[in-house]
Amino acid sequence: MRDAVRLYLHCISASIRSQMQYRLSFVFQTAAQFVVCGIDFLAMWALFDRFGSLRGWHLPEVALFYGMVHTSFALADAPSRGFDIFSGMVRRGDFDRLLLRPRSTAFQLAAHALDLRRIGRFSQGLAVLIYAICALEIDFTPGKVALLAFAMAGTACLFYGLIVLQATAAFWTVETLEIMNTVTYGGTETGSYPLSIYHDWFRRFFTFVVPLACVNYYPALAILGRAEAGGFAAAFGWFSPAVGLLFLLASLRAWRFGVRHYRSTGS
Amino acid sequence: MRAYWAIFSARFRGLLQYRAAALAGLGTQLFWGLIRVMIFGAFYASSRRAAPMTFEQVVTYVWLGQGMIRLLIWRGDPAIEEMIRTGTVAYELTRPLELYWLWFSRSAANVTAPTVLRAVPMYALALALLGMQAPASLAAGGAWVVATAMAATLTAAMCTLVSISLMWTISGEGLSRLLPAAVWCLSGMVIPLPFFPDWAQPVLNALPFRAMMDVPFRIYVGHIGMSEWAAALGHQAAWTIGVVLLGRWVISRGTRRLVVQGG
Repeated sequence: MRDAVRLYLHCISASIRSQMQYRLSFVFQTAAQFVVCGIDFLAMWALFDRFGSLRGWHLPEVALFYGMVHTSFALADAPSRGFDIFSGMVRRGDFDRLLLRPRSTAFQLAAHALDLRRIGRFSQGLAVLIYAICALEIDFTPGKVALLAFAMAGTACLFYGLIVLQATAAFWTVETLEIMNTVTYGGTETGSYPLSIYHDWFRRFFTFVVPLACVNYYPALAILGRAEAGGFAAAFGWFSPAVGLLFLLASLRAWRFGVRHYRSTGS
Repeated sequence: MRAYWAIFSARFRGLLQYRAAALAGLGTQLFWGLIRVMIFGAFYASSRRAAPMTFEQVVTYVWLGQGMIRLLIWRGDPAIEEMIRTGTVAYELTRPLELYWLWFSRSAANVTAPTVLRAVPMYALALALLGMQAPASLAAGGAWVVATAMAATLTAAMCTLVSISLMWTISGEGLSRLLPAAVWCLSGMVIPLPFFPDWAQPVLNALPFRAMMDVPFRIYVGHIGMSEWAAALGHQAAWTIGVVLLGRWVISRGTRRLVVQGG
Protein backbone atom coordinates (compact mmCIF):
# COMPACT_ATOMS: atom_id res chain seq x y z
CA MET A 1 0.00 0.00 0.00
CA ARG A 2 2.69 2.49 1.04
CA ASP A 3 4.63 1.46 -1.98
CA ALA A 4 1.63 2.16 -4.22
CA VAL A 5 1.16 5.61 -2.73
CA ARG A 6 4.84 6.39 -3.25
CA LEU A 7 4.68 5.24 -6.86
CA TYR A 8 1.51 7.26 -7.42
CA LEU A 9 3.08 10.42 -6.04
CA HIS A 10 6.15 9.81 -8.16
CA CYS A 11 4.05 9.57 -11.34
CA ILE A 12 1.99 12.61 -10.45
CA SER A 13 5.01 14.76 -9.72
CA ALA A 14 6.42 13.81 -13.12
CA SER A 15 3.11 14.82 -14.70
CA ILE A 16 3.13 18.17 -12.90
CA ARG A 17 6.70 18.89 -13.94
CA SER A 18 5.89 18.11 -17.57
CA GLN A 19 2.90 20.47 -17.51
CA MET A 20 5.04 23.21 -16.07
CA GLN A 21 7.33 23.07 -19.09
CA TYR A 22 4.71 25.00 -21.06
CA ARG A 23 3.93 27.57 -18.46
CA LEU A 24 2.28 30.21 -20.61
CA SER A 25 0.08 27.67 -22.31
CA PHE A 26 -0.89 26.33 -18.89
CA VAL A 27 -1.81 29.77 -17.62
CA PHE A 28 -3.92 30.48 -20.69
CA GLN A 29 -5.79 27.21 -20.53
CA THR A 30 -6.47 27.52 -16.82
CA ALA A 31 -7.67 31.09 -17.23
CA ALA A 32 -9.84 30.04 -20.16
CA GLN A 33 -11.49 27.36 -18.05
CA PHE A 34 -12.11 29.83 -15.24
CA VAL A 35 -13.80 32.19 -17.70
CA VAL A 36 -15.85 29.45 -19.42
CA CYS A 37 -17.21 28.24 -16.09
CA GLY A 38 -17.73 31.78 -14.89
CA ILE A 39 -20.00 32.37 -17.87
CA ASP A 40 -22.26 29.57 -16.71
CA PHE A 41 -22.75 31.30 -13.42
CA LEU A 42 -23.18 34.65 -15.12
CA ALA A 43 -26.10 33.17 -17.07
CA MET A 44 -27.60 31.81 -13.86
CA TRP A 45 -27.27 35.20 -12.23
CA ALA A 46 -28.90 36.92 -15.23
CA LEU A 47 -31.88 34.56 -15.04
CA PHE A 48 -32.39 35.21 -11.33
CA ASP A 49 -32.01 38.92 -12.01
CA ARG A 50 -34.88 38.68 -14.51
CA PHE A 51 -37.19 36.27 -12.73
CA GLY A 52 -36.44 36.90 -9.05
CA SER A 53 -36.85 33.34 -7.86
CA LEU A 54 -37.19 29.78 -9.11
CA ARG A 55 -39.92 27.67 -7.48
CA GLY A 56 -39.16 29.31 -4.15
CA TRP A 57 -35.37 29.02 -4.49
CA HIS A 58 -33.18 32.11 -4.48
CA LEU A 59 -29.78 32.70 -6.01
CA PRO A 60 -27.61 32.05 -2.90
CA GLU A 61 -29.30 28.68 -2.33
CA VAL A 62 -28.92 27.61 -5.92
CA ALA A 63 -25.32 28.88 -5.81
CA LEU A 64 -24.67 26.30 -3.08
CA PHE A 65 -25.74 23.50 -5.46
CA TYR A 66 -23.69 25.04 -8.22
CA GLY A 67 -20.55 25.49 -6.14
CA MET A 68 -20.72 21.97 -4.69
CA VAL A 69 -21.15 20.20 -8.00
CA HIS A 70 -18.58 22.21 -9.95
CA THR A 71 -15.77 21.92 -7.40
CA SER A 72 -16.46 18.18 -7.04
CA PHE A 73 -16.45 17.60 -10.77
CA ALA A 74 -13.09 19.38 -11.06
CA LEU A 75 -11.73 17.15 -8.25
CA ALA A 76 -12.77 14.05 -10.22
CA ASP A 77 -11.76 15.41 -13.61
CA ALA A 78 -8.18 16.38 -12.75
CA PRO A 79 -6.85 12.90 -11.79
CA SER A 80 -8.82 10.95 -14.42
CA ARG A 81 -7.00 12.08 -17.55
CA GLY A 82 -5.71 8.54 -18.09
CA PHE A 83 -9.24 7.17 -18.40
CA ASP A 84 -10.10 10.03 -20.75
CA ILE A 85 -7.46 9.03 -23.27
CA PHE A 86 -8.02 5.30 -22.77
CA SER A 87 -10.07 4.74 -25.93
CA GLY A 88 -7.09 5.96 -27.97
CA MET A 89 -4.89 3.42 -26.19
CA VAL A 90 -7.28 0.64 -27.17
CA ARG A 91 -7.38 1.79 -30.76
CA ARG A 92 -3.60 1.86 -31.09
CA GLY A 93 -3.13 -1.34 -29.14
CA ASP A 94 -1.10 0.54 -26.50
CA PHE A 95 -3.16 -0.94 -23.71
CA ASP A 96 -1.28 -4.23 -24.15
CA ARG A 97 1.76 -2.55 -22.65
CA LEU A 98 -0.12 -1.69 -19.48
CA LEU A 99 -1.14 -5.32 -19.06
CA LEU A 100 2.51 -6.35 -18.91
CA ARG A 101 3.38 -4.08 -16.01
CA PRO A 102 3.24 -5.38 -12.42
CA ARG A 103 0.46 -2.99 -11.31
CA SER A 104 -3.29 -2.99 -11.82
CA THR A 105 -4.45 -1.26 -14.99
CA ALA A 106 -6.81 1.05 -13.08
CA PHE A 107 -3.89 2.18 -10.92
CA GLN A 108 -1.72 2.91 -13.94
CA LEU A 109 -4.41 4.96 -15.65
CA ALA A 110 -5.18 6.85 -12.45
CA ALA A 111 -1.49 7.66 -12.08
CA HIS A 112 -1.21 8.71 -15.73
CA ALA A 113 -1.60 12.44 -15.06
CA LEU A 114 -2.98 15.08 -12.75
CA ASP A 115 -4.46 17.70 -15.03
CA LEU A 116 -3.65 20.98 -13.30
CA ARG A 117 -5.69 23.05 -15.75
CA ARG A 118 -8.77 21.93 -13.84
CA ILE A 119 -7.74 24.43 -11.20
CA GLY A 120 -9.65 26.89 -13.39
CA ARG A 121 -12.96 25.11 -12.93
CA PHE A 122 -12.24 24.29 -9.30
CA SER A 123 -11.44 27.84 -8.27
CA GLN A 124 -14.49 29.19 -10.09
CA GLY A 125 -16.74 26.68 -8.31
CA LEU A 126 -15.04 27.49 -5.03
CA ALA A 127 -15.66 31.21 -5.53
CA VAL A 128 -19.37 30.53 -6.08
CA LEU A 129 -19.44 28.23 -3.05
CA ILE A 130 -17.87 30.89 -0.86
CA TYR A 131 -20.37 33.43 -2.16
CA ALA A 132 -23.21 31.05 -1.29
CA ILE A 133 -21.90 30.39 2.21
CA CYS A 134 -21.54 34.13 2.86
CA ALA A 135 -24.89 35.09 1.37
CA LEU A 136 -26.90 32.34 3.03
CA GLU A 137 -27.97 33.07 6.56
CA ILE A 138 -27.14 29.64 7.85
CA ASP A 139 -25.37 28.65 10.99
CA PHE A 140 -22.53 26.52 9.71
CA THR A 141 -22.06 24.10 12.55
CA PRO A 142 -19.06 21.73 12.46
CA GLY A 143 -21.53 19.01 11.51
CA LYS A 144 -22.68 20.92 8.45
CA VAL A 145 -19.12 21.70 7.38
CA ALA A 146 -18.34 17.99 7.65
CA LEU A 147 -21.44 17.15 5.62
CA LEU A 148 -20.39 19.64 2.93
CA ALA A 149 -16.98 17.95 2.66
CA PHE A 150 -18.60 14.50 2.71
CA ALA A 151 -21.03 15.46 -0.05
CA MET A 152 -18.26 16.89 -2.21
CA ALA A 153 -16.15 13.78 -1.73
CA GLY A 154 -19.17 11.63 -2.64
CA THR A 155 -19.86 13.70 -5.75
CA ALA A 156 -16.22 13.48 -6.82
CA CYS A 157 -16.37 9.67 -6.39
CA LEU A 158 -19.55 9.49 -8.43
CA PHE A 159 -18.07 11.50 -11.30
CA TYR A 160 -14.85 9.48 -11.18
CA GLY A 161 -16.96 6.34 -11.38
CA LEU A 162 -18.82 7.70 -14.41
CA ILE A 163 -15.53 8.51 -16.14
CA VAL A 164 -14.30 4.97 -15.41
CA LEU A 165 -17.53 3.57 -16.88
CA GLN A 166 -17.12 5.73 -19.96
CA ALA A 167 -13.64 4.28 -20.43
CA THR A 168 -14.89 0.74 -19.73
CA ALA A 169 -17.34 1.00 -22.60
CA ALA A 170 -14.37 1.49 -24.92
CA PHE A 171 -13.37 -2.16 -24.36
CA TRP A 172 -16.33 -3.03 -26.59
CA THR A 173 -16.91 0.09 -28.69
CA VAL A 174 -13.23 1.09 -29.12
CA GLU A 175 -14.48 4.68 -29.55
CA THR A 176 -15.30 7.01 -26.69
CA LEU A 177 -19.03 7.09 -26.10
CA GLU A 178 -19.77 10.78 -26.49
CA ILE A 179 -23.22 10.23 -25.05
CA MET A 180 -21.59 9.61 -21.64
CA ASN A 181 -20.71 13.30 -21.58
CA THR A 182 -24.36 13.94 -20.84
CA VAL A 183 -23.96 12.40 -17.38
CA THR A 184 -20.53 13.89 -16.62
CA TYR A 185 -20.60 17.42 -18.04
CA GLY A 186 -24.38 17.22 -18.28
CA GLY A 187 -24.57 15.98 -14.70
CA THR A 188 -22.63 19.03 -13.58
CA GLU A 189 -25.10 21.21 -15.43
CA THR A 190 -28.04 19.31 -13.96
CA GLY A 191 -26.70 19.44 -10.42
CA SER A 192 -26.19 23.20 -10.66
CA TYR A 193 -29.91 23.59 -9.99
CA PRO A 194 -31.99 21.87 -7.32
CA LEU A 195 -33.24 18.61 -8.78
CA SER A 196 -36.83 19.36 -7.79
CA ILE A 197 -37.24 21.83 -10.69
CA TYR A 198 -36.92 19.12 -13.34
CA HIS A 199 -39.47 16.70 -14.76
CA ASP A 200 -40.20 13.53 -12.79
CA TRP A 201 -38.59 11.09 -15.22
CA PHE A 202 -35.45 13.22 -15.33
CA ARG A 203 -35.29 13.45 -11.55
CA ARG A 204 -35.71 9.71 -11.21
CA PHE A 205 -32.91 9.11 -13.71
CA PHE A 206 -30.55 11.28 -11.67
CA THR A 207 -31.63 9.61 -8.43
CA PHE A 208 -31.76 5.91 -9.23
CA VAL A 209 -29.63 5.40 -12.36
CA VAL A 210 -26.98 8.07 -11.86
CA PRO A 211 -27.32 8.83 -8.14
CA LEU A 212 -26.46 12.51 -8.41
CA ALA A 213 -29.34 13.36 -6.06
CA CYS A 214 -27.76 11.34 -3.25
CA VAL A 215 -24.44 13.16 -3.38
CA ASN A 216 -25.62 16.66 -4.28
CA TYR A 217 -29.33 17.37 -3.84
CA TYR A 218 -30.18 15.64 -0.56
CA PRO A 219 -27.03 16.72 1.35
CA ALA A 220 -27.58 20.29 0.14
CA LEU A 221 -31.17 20.12 1.41
CA ALA A 222 -29.84 18.97 4.79
CA ILE A 223 -27.33 21.83 4.86
CA LEU A 224 -30.01 24.35 3.92
CA GLY A 225 -32.39 22.83 6.46
CA ARG A 226 -35.09 22.35 3.86
CA ALA A 227 -37.28 19.31 3.50
CA GLU A 228 -38.56 17.92 0.25
CA ALA A 229 -42.29 17.38 -0.03
CA GLY A 230 -43.02 13.71 -0.58
CA GLY A 231 -39.34 12.76 -0.72
CA PHE A 232 -36.99 10.98 1.60
CA ALA A 233 -36.74 11.95 5.26
CA ALA A 234 -34.48 14.92 6.01
CA ALA A 235 -31.95 12.67 7.73
CA PHE A 236 -31.31 10.87 4.44
CA GLY A 237 -29.03 13.64 3.23
CA TRP A 238 -26.61 13.05 6.10
CA PHE A 239 -25.79 9.54 4.89
CA SER A 240 -26.57 9.52 1.19
CA PRO A 241 -23.17 10.78 -0.09
CA ALA A 242 -21.83 7.29 0.72
CA VAL A 243 -23.70 6.17 -2.41
CA GLY A 244 -21.07 7.99 -4.47
CA LEU A 245 -18.34 5.82 -3.02
CA LEU A 246 -20.37 2.66 -3.66
CA PHE A 247 -20.87 3.80 -7.25
CA LEU A 248 -17.12 4.21 -7.72
CA LEU A 249 -16.45 0.74 -6.31
CA ALA A 250 -19.07 -0.75 -8.62
CA SER A 251 -17.50 1.07 -11.59
CA LEU A 252 -14.11 -0.39 -10.76
CA ARG A 253 -15.71 -3.86 -10.70
CA ALA A 254 -17.12 -3.17 -14.16
CA TRP A 255 -13.65 -2.03 -15.23
CA ARG A 256 -12.08 -5.32 -14.08
CA PHE A 257 -14.78 -7.17 -16.00
CA GLY A 258 -13.88 -5.11 -19.07
CA VAL A 259 -10.16 -5.86 -18.70
CA ARG A 260 -10.90 -9.60 -18.67
CA HIS A 261 -12.80 -9.21 -21.95
CA TYR A 262 -10.15 -7.09 -23.61
CA ARG A 263 -9.04 -8.18 -27.03
CA SER A 264 -6.18 -6.26 -28.50
CA THR A 265 -6.66 -4.35 -31.73
CA GLY A 266 -2.94 -3.99 -32.28
CA SER A 267 -0.91 -6.03 -34.70
CA MET B 1 -14.95 32.02 -59.01
CA ARG B 2 -15.54 28.54 -60.35
CA ALA B 3 -12.30 27.31 -58.86
CA TYR B 4 -13.28 28.53 -55.38
CA TRP B 5 -16.71 26.95 -55.76
CA ALA B 6 -15.08 23.64 -56.72
CA ILE B 7 -12.85 23.77 -53.63
CA PHE B 8 -15.86 24.53 -51.45
CA SER B 9 -18.04 21.78 -52.86
CA ALA B 10 -15.31 19.12 -52.84
CA ARG B 11 -14.59 19.77 -49.18
CA PHE B 12 -18.30 20.05 -48.37
CA ARG B 13 -19.07 16.68 -49.93
CA GLY B 14 -16.07 15.14 -48.20
CA LEU B 15 -17.26 16.34 -44.79
CA LEU B 16 -20.80 15.10 -45.38
CA GLN B 17 -19.41 11.59 -44.98
CA TYR B 18 -19.14 12.05 -41.21
CA ARG B 19 -22.79 11.31 -40.60
CA ALA B 20 -22.28 8.88 -37.73
CA ALA B 21 -20.33 11.47 -35.71
CA ALA B 22 -23.11 13.99 -36.24
CA LEU B 23 -25.72 11.50 -35.07
CA ALA B 24 -23.64 10.70 -31.97
CA GLY B 25 -23.53 14.41 -31.24
CA LEU B 26 -27.28 14.65 -31.57
CA GLY B 27 -27.87 12.75 -28.33
CA THR B 28 -25.68 15.17 -26.40
CA GLN B 29 -27.40 18.17 -27.91
CA LEU B 30 -30.83 16.74 -27.15
CA PHE B 31 -29.86 16.38 -23.51
CA TRP B 32 -28.46 19.89 -23.34
CA GLY B 33 -31.53 21.38 -24.95
CA LEU B 34 -33.85 19.45 -22.63
CA ILE B 35 -32.10 20.76 -19.51
CA ARG B 36 -32.34 24.34 -20.77
CA VAL B 37 -36.01 23.95 -21.64
CA MET B 38 -36.78 22.46 -18.21
CA ILE B 39 -34.91 25.24 -16.38
CA PHE B 40 -36.74 27.91 -18.34
CA GLY B 41 -40.01 26.05 -17.82
CA ALA B 42 -39.49 26.14 -14.05
CA PHE B 43 -38.65 29.84 -14.10
CA TYR B 44 -41.70 30.69 -16.19
CA ALA B 45 -44.00 28.53 -14.07
CA SER B 46 -42.99 30.11 -10.79
CA SER B 47 -42.32 33.76 -11.57
CA ARG B 48 -44.86 36.51 -12.02
CA ARG B 49 -42.39 39.01 -13.43
CA ALA B 50 -42.58 40.01 -17.09
CA ALA B 51 -40.09 38.10 -19.21
CA PRO B 52 -38.54 39.57 -22.36
CA MET B 53 -39.77 36.65 -24.50
CA THR B 54 -42.66 34.20 -24.33
CA PHE B 55 -41.89 30.67 -23.17
CA GLU B 56 -42.70 29.25 -26.62
CA GLN B 57 -40.20 31.65 -28.15
CA VAL B 58 -37.52 30.58 -25.67
CA VAL B 59 -38.10 26.88 -26.39
CA THR B 60 -37.80 27.47 -30.13
CA TYR B 61 -34.71 29.64 -29.56
CA VAL B 62 -33.06 26.88 -27.50
CA TRP B 63 -33.60 24.20 -30.14
CA LEU B 64 -32.50 26.51 -32.95
CA GLY B 65 -29.31 27.00 -30.96
CA GLN B 66 -28.71 23.27 -30.47
CA GLY B 67 -28.95 22.78 -34.23
CA MET B 68 -26.53 25.59 -35.08
CA ILE B 69 -23.95 24.72 -32.43
CA ARG B 70 -21.17 24.20 -34.96
CA LEU B 71 -21.31 27.83 -36.00
CA LEU B 72 -19.71 28.69 -32.67
CA ILE B 73 -16.63 26.55 -33.07
CA TRP B 74 -14.14 29.06 -34.36
CA ARG B 75 -10.98 27.23 -35.05
CA GLY B 76 -8.48 27.26 -37.81
CA ASP B 77 -8.58 24.68 -40.56
CA PRO B 78 -6.58 21.69 -39.24
CA ALA B 79 -5.31 21.06 -42.78
CA ILE B 80 -3.83 24.57 -42.93
CA GLU B 81 -2.32 24.16 -39.47
CA GLU B 82 -0.65 20.98 -40.67
CA MET B 83 0.58 22.74 -43.84
CA ILE B 84 2.10 25.57 -41.85
CA ARG B 85 3.80 23.17 -39.45
CA THR B 86 5.25 20.96 -42.17
CA GLY B 87 6.06 23.72 -44.63
CA THR B 88 3.82 22.47 -47.45
CA VAL B 89 2.04 25.80 -47.18
CA ALA B 90 4.58 26.91 -49.80
CA TYR B 91 2.60 24.95 -52.39
CA GLU B 92 -0.50 26.95 -51.51
CA LEU B 93 1.31 30.11 -52.53
CA THR B 94 2.11 28.73 -55.97
CA ARG B 95 -1.54 28.14 -56.88
CA PRO B 96 -3.04 30.60 -59.37
CA LEU B 97 -5.65 31.61 -56.82
CA GLU B 98 -5.88 34.27 -54.20
CA LEU B 99 -4.77 32.69 -50.93
CA TYR B 100 -7.42 34.42 -48.84
CA TRP B 101 -10.37 33.22 -50.89
CA LEU B 102 -8.84 29.77 -51.24
CA TRP B 103 -8.71 29.40 -47.46
CA PHE B 104 -12.06 31.10 -47.05
CA SER B 105 -13.72 28.56 -49.40
CA ARG B 106 -12.31 25.71 -47.37
CA SER B 107 -13.39 27.32 -44.08
CA ALA B 108 -16.87 27.88 -45.47
CA ALA B 109 -17.17 24.16 -46.21
CA ASN B 110 -15.75 23.30 -42.76
CA VAL B 111 -18.46 25.43 -41.19
CA THR B 112 -21.50 24.58 -43.29
CA ALA B 113 -21.20 20.81 -43.75
CA PRO B 114 -21.21 19.85 -40.03
CA THR B 115 -23.91 22.44 -39.37
CA VAL B 116 -26.19 20.97 -42.03
CA LEU B 117 -25.56 17.46 -40.71
CA ARG B 118 -26.55 18.45 -37.19
CA ALA B 119 -29.28 20.97 -37.87
CA VAL B 120 -31.48 18.88 -40.18
CA PRO B 121 -32.13 15.93 -37.82
CA MET B 122 -32.23 18.22 -34.78
CA TYR B 123 -34.90 20.48 -36.27
CA ALA B 124 -36.95 17.58 -37.59
CA LEU B 125 -37.01 16.04 -34.13
CA ALA B 126 -37.60 19.30 -32.28
CA LEU B 127 -40.41 20.41 -34.58
CA ALA B 128 -42.15 17.06 -34.32
CA LEU B 129 -41.72 16.27 -30.62
CA LEU B 130 -39.99 18.89 -28.54
CA GLY B 131 -42.14 22.00 -28.77
CA MET B 132 -40.13 23.89 -31.37
CA GLN B 133 -42.44 26.06 -33.44
CA ALA B 134 -42.54 26.98 -37.10
CA PRO B 135 -41.27 30.47 -38.07
CA ALA B 136 -43.42 33.38 -36.91
CA SER B 137 -44.44 34.03 -40.52
CA LEU B 138 -43.43 32.98 -44.00
CA ALA B 139 -41.49 36.21 -44.42
CA ALA B 140 -39.78 35.64 -41.08
CA GLY B 141 -38.78 32.18 -42.30
CA GLY B 142 -37.27 33.70 -45.43
CA ALA B 143 -35.42 36.36 -43.45
CA TRP B 144 -34.17 33.64 -41.10
CA VAL B 145 -32.66 31.73 -44.03
CA VAL B 146 -30.86 34.89 -45.19
CA ALA B 147 -29.65 35.69 -41.67
CA THR B 148 -28.42 32.10 -41.16
CA ALA B 149 -26.48 32.23 -44.42
CA MET B 150 -24.90 35.48 -43.24
CA ALA B 151 -24.08 33.90 -39.89
CA ALA B 152 -22.32 31.04 -41.68
CA THR B 153 -20.39 33.51 -43.86
CA LEU B 154 -19.27 35.51 -40.84
CA THR B 155 -18.21 32.32 -39.05
CA ALA B 156 -16.25 31.21 -42.12
CA ALA B 157 -14.49 34.60 -42.17
CA MET B 158 -13.67 34.25 -38.46
CA CYS B 159 -12.27 30.74 -38.96
CA THR B 160 -10.17 31.97 -41.87
CA LEU B 161 -8.79 34.70 -39.63
CA VAL B 162 -7.86 32.11 -37.00
CA SER B 163 -6.16 30.00 -39.70
CA ILE B 164 -4.17 33.00 -40.86
CA SER B 165 -3.11 33.79 -37.31
CA LEU B 166 -1.41 30.37 -37.25
CA MET B 167 1.23 31.91 -39.52
CA TRP B 168 2.47 33.73 -36.43
CA THR B 169 1.79 31.38 -33.56
CA ILE B 170 1.86 27.90 -35.15
CA SER B 171 0.51 26.24 -32.00
CA GLY B 172 -2.70 28.25 -31.97
CA GLU B 173 -2.41 29.12 -28.29
CA GLY B 174 -3.40 32.36 -26.73
CA LEU B 175 -6.44 34.25 -27.90
CA SER B 176 -7.92 31.28 -29.69
CA ARG B 177 -8.26 29.59 -26.28
CA LEU B 178 -10.13 32.41 -24.64
CA LEU B 179 -12.25 33.33 -27.64
CA PRO B 180 -14.66 30.35 -27.53
CA ALA B 181 -15.77 31.25 -24.01
CA ALA B 182 -16.72 34.74 -25.07
CA VAL B 183 -18.42 33.50 -28.23
CA TRP B 184 -20.48 30.96 -26.30
CA CYS B 185 -21.91 33.50 -23.92
CA LEU B 186 -22.22 36.60 -26.10
CA SER B 187 -23.89 34.83 -29.03
CA GLY B 188 -26.91 33.67 -27.03
CA MET B 189 -25.94 30.00 -26.79
CA VAL B 190 -26.04 29.85 -22.98
CA ILE B 191 -29.20 31.91 -22.54
CA PRO B 192 -31.07 34.04 -25.10
CA LEU B 193 -29.49 37.49 -25.13
CA PRO B 194 -32.70 39.40 -24.21
CA PHE B 195 -32.45 37.80 -20.75
CA PHE B 196 -29.28 39.68 -19.92
CA PRO B 197 -29.84 42.92 -17.98
CA ASP B 198 -31.12 45.91 -19.94
CA TRP B 199 -27.95 47.93 -19.36
CA ALA B 200 -25.93 45.21 -21.11
CA GLN B 201 -28.09 45.16 -24.23
CA PRO B 202 -26.40 48.05 -26.15
CA VAL B 203 -23.01 46.33 -25.72
CA LEU B 204 -24.39 42.95 -26.81
CA ASN B 205 -26.06 44.59 -29.81
CA ALA B 206 -22.84 46.20 -31.01
CA LEU B 207 -20.60 43.12 -30.72
CA PRO B 208 -20.35 40.69 -33.66
CA PHE B 209 -21.22 37.55 -31.65
CA ARG B 210 -25.00 37.93 -31.73
CA ALA B 211 -24.87 37.73 -35.52
CA MET B 212 -24.20 33.97 -35.27
CA MET B 213 -27.18 32.92 -33.16
CA ASP B 214 -29.25 35.61 -31.61
CA VAL B 215 -30.10 37.60 -34.75
CA PRO B 216 -31.31 34.70 -36.93
CA PHE B 217 -33.16 33.08 -34.01
CA ARG B 218 -35.00 36.21 -32.94
CA ILE B 219 -36.01 36.83 -36.54
CA TYR B 220 -37.31 33.25 -36.70
CA VAL B 221 -39.43 33.49 -33.56
CA GLY B 222 -40.66 36.97 -34.47
CA HIS B 223 -38.91 38.74 -31.59
CA ILE B 224 -37.14 40.99 -34.10
CA GLY B 225 -39.99 42.45 -36.13
CA MET B 226 -40.00 43.16 -39.85
CA SER B 227 -39.21 46.85 -39.32
CA GLU B 228 -35.92 45.92 -37.63
CA TRP B 229 -34.76 43.34 -40.15
CA ALA B 230 -32.77 45.80 -42.23
CA ALA B 231 -30.81 46.96 -39.18
CA ALA B 232 -30.19 43.39 -37.95
CA LEU B 233 -29.04 42.10 -41.34
CA GLY B 234 -26.99 45.27 -41.84
CA HIS B 235 -25.19 44.59 -38.56
CA GLN B 236 -24.34 41.08 -39.77
CA ALA B 237 -23.17 42.34 -43.17
CA ALA B 238 -21.04 45.10 -41.68
CA TRP B 239 -19.20 42.70 -39.39
CA THR B 240 -18.75 40.15 -42.17
CA ILE B 241 -17.17 42.74 -44.47
CA GLY B 242 -15.04 44.02 -41.60
CA VAL B 243 -13.67 40.57 -40.73
CA VAL B 244 -13.00 39.74 -44.41
CA LEU B 245 -11.09 43.01 -44.91
CA LEU B 246 -9.12 42.40 -41.73
CA GLY B 247 -8.31 38.87 -42.87
CA ARG B 248 -7.10 40.06 -46.27
CA TRP B 249 -4.91 42.71 -44.70
CA VAL B 250 -3.42 40.24 -42.20
CA ILE B 251 -2.78 37.57 -44.83
CA SER B 252 -0.91 40.04 -47.04
CA ARG B 253 1.34 40.88 -44.08
CA GLY B 254 1.70 37.21 -43.23
CA THR B 255 2.76 36.02 -46.67
CA ARG B 256 5.41 38.73 -46.83
CA ARG B 257 7.14 37.46 -43.70
CA LEU B 258 6.19 33.79 -43.90
CA VAL B 259 9.04 31.45 -43.01
CA VAL B 260 8.54 28.04 -44.54
CA GLN B 261 9.34 25.32 -42.03
CA GLY B 262 11.15 22.17 -43.00
CA GLY B 263 13.76 21.64 -45.64
